Amino acid sequence: MSTENKQYTVSIYTENNIGLLNRISAIFQRRHINIESLNTSPSEIESVSRFTIVVNITESQMKKIIGQIEKQVEVIKAFYHTEDEIIYQESCLFKIKSELLFDERQIQNIIKESNARIVTVNKKFFVLEKSGRKEEIDLLYRDLNQFGIMQFTRSGRVAVTKDEMKISTMLKAFQH
Amino acid sequence: MKETQTINNNSKSTKTTERISGSEAVIKCLLAEGVTTLYGYPGGAIMPVYDELFKYQDQIHHVLTRHEQGAAHAAQGYARISGKVGVAMATSGPGATNLITGIADAQIDSTPLVCITGQVGSHLLGSDAFQETDIVGISTPVTKWNCQITKASQIPEVLAKAFYIAKSGRPGPVLIDITKDAQFEEFDFQYKKCTGVRSYKPVPKTDTSALKAAAELMNNAKKPLIVWGQGVILGKAEDEFKAIIEKSGIPSAWTILGASAIPSSHHLNVGMVGMHGNYAPNVLTNECDVLIAIGMRFDDRVTGNLATYAKQAKIVHFEIDPAEIDKNVKTDVAVLGDAKSSLKALLPLLNTNTHSQWHQKFKDLYQIEFDKVIKNDLHPTKDGLTMGEVLKEINIQTEGKAAIVSDVGQHQMIACRYAEFNVSKSNITSGGLGTMGFALPAAIGAKMAAPEREVIMIAGDGGYQMNIQELGTIFQQKVPVKIVVLNNEFLGMVRQWQQLFFDKRYASTEMVNPDFVAIAKGYQIEAQKVSERKDLKAAVKEMIDCDGPYFLEVRVEKEDNVFPMIPTGASVSDIRLE
Repeated sequence: MSTENKQYTVSIYTENNIGLLNRISAIFQRRHINIESLNTSPSEIESVSRFTIVVNITESQMKKIIGQIEKQVEVIKAFYHTEDEIIYQESCLFKIKSELLFDERQIQNIIKESNARIVTVNKKFFVLEKSGRKEEIDLLYRDLNQFGIMQFTRSGRVAVTKDEMKISTMLKAFQH
Repeated sequence: MKETQTINNNSKSTKTTERISGSEAVIKCLLAEGVTTLYGYPGGAIMPVYDELFKYQDQIHHVLTRHEQGAAHAAQGYARISGKVGVAMATSGPGATNLITGIADAQIDSTPLVCITGQVGSHLLGSDAFQETDIVGISTPVTKWNCQITKASQIPEVLAKAFYIAKSGRPGPVLIDITKDAQFEEFDFQYKKCTGVRSYKPVPKTDTSALKAAAELMNNAKKPLIVWGQGVILGKAEDEFKAIIEKSGIPSAWTILGASAIPSSHHLNVGMVGMHGNYAPNVLTNECDVLIAIGMRFDDRVTGNLATYAKQAKIVHFEIDPAEIDKNVKTDVAVLGDAKSSLKALLPLLNTNTHSQWHQKFKDLYQIEFDKVIKNDLHPTKDGLTMGEVLKEINIQTEGKAAIVSDVGQHQMIACRYAEFNVSKSNITSGGLGTMGFALPAAIGAKMAAPEREVIMIAGDGGYQMNIQELGTIFQQKVPVKIVVLNNEFLGMVRQWQQLFFDKRYASTEMVNPDFVAIAKGYQIEAQKVSERKDLKAAVKEMIDCDGPYFLEVRVEKEDNVFPMIPTGASVSDIRLE
């Protein structure tokens, strides 16, 4: 098994309970592993939550951590995937001075070419939203940064897998 | 005011509910789970529950320990000897944090525990209120499950779940934190035992093909070795395990927590593995062709250097916890499931064998260990008393029927090596966490859970003083535990390492001790001290014959070392005899 670090996207289906985030993040913390990004949201199944976590570790570490996560009472199932097994997106927001939109004509080209969306414009600032892969957001950040960014924020990764997850079947199996 | 009412819930059954307070509900839940004894310490945020304990004292016995850590360890001792869930209770803040060491110990040693803590009122949560601490946050990494209750109506369901989770599958500790307002609040009480949790599968399904593959490897092996752990005991699989080894004839070694699952003198029992285990099973781990691990987790104290651990062998792992598979040692065949049913299904697939030539190797190596180590430990010719000869005397006088509750350090290794076990669940010790101070309170719990058993606590002078305050509990409750302190006036295991690896720089390991006999007598516990071999036998007899608690201090050789020993980072087969 490779001892090289790779980027893995972890998907965890769980009950929606207070404290579970702490329990899951503690599994990484205890092993001195940095979480690159973390997102929690409802899943396709009612009352079931989904965590999406990105980490850079070895596959052998990843497998053991999946075991530790699945061992938690309120975790239904955990998976790990490499980049080519998932479709993923991140989202980000830029707040930029409105005057730049008129003073720096290049900005309009950047917006067009990057497929970013203007969410709102007022006299003082406008807000730009961009969803995409990490590199696309990095690129847009670099392009806009030369003109000055008032605020920037970016979401954790969200991902769906190319393969089926079969969580509903698993939930039925748990009932027996 | 109590009122009983009947509610018709559109269903066929008529359910009776009672309007009671959250704190009374806690007691009723404990009673419904069959709890008769619990250990704890009152305080502000848990007072409503203690008020109910007062009212129910004819049905449930609350044992006031002298420290919450003592309560947690007592509950552990209770659980370890009985197989039941141990219960500990404490107030918020320091009461709750004092439980943590016991909870962490129970987590790593898979001991079923339910800990109930009081919490400040829900309106005060997060306000840095008096004795407020985030015990759910603090206990998360050391509990199998935990939960905070802020409404009385949650109590029955959460407590039912707590007991179910603590004892099912691979057992472990659960902590339930109850805010004070939830304890006071009244609600319609109704109790239903928990039989399942949606996201939790306590016992994985056993794969028949894995079982067949395991049997095939075991049948074809020329030099197989079984290493069993506590999973055999927790799974109540002692009989099935015995049947397996007796049919297959495979030499079987144990981890520290697996001890006592079969009698020490069983002809297929080849001793303890690990850092201070027996010579033969450690050396032959690196010679066997198939290593069969049953209900054990390849702890680093068992394996030594993983890079040179049983590399020549095929590994078969019988295990209830899927997270243990390939965690430390890569397996060739993993059989998931609980030990009892897996071993039962394995039995008919096994061939009868004796492996007599292979057994001879174990006997030869045992002889080497006997000549170099065991003889000097058990039959010393020098003046000073050895820890081993104390154990030997206890074995003789109890006919190997006592439960031994040991602390942590040199005496623990000696106790595990030399105590004779004839009854399962008789080796109660802090294995994974190595908690000094475990033994005295754990012995209290063990004796109360099994009053018919002789329970002998064995500690060093260091660990004994870490929870020595529990003599007060023994005194108040009149718990007839036998307390043996093997006093070498050192933190012996650390001193041994200082001698071997730090050029004898004995940094902070020498102990200047008080008059232990006088302290015991202060609690009206009969006590004596022995320093010479000629007095040992009579002293042990006096202790065994005593109906009440008894304290025996044995002054042993100050600088004895425990051997064999696998130095840290060394291979199991490089175990040192001197």
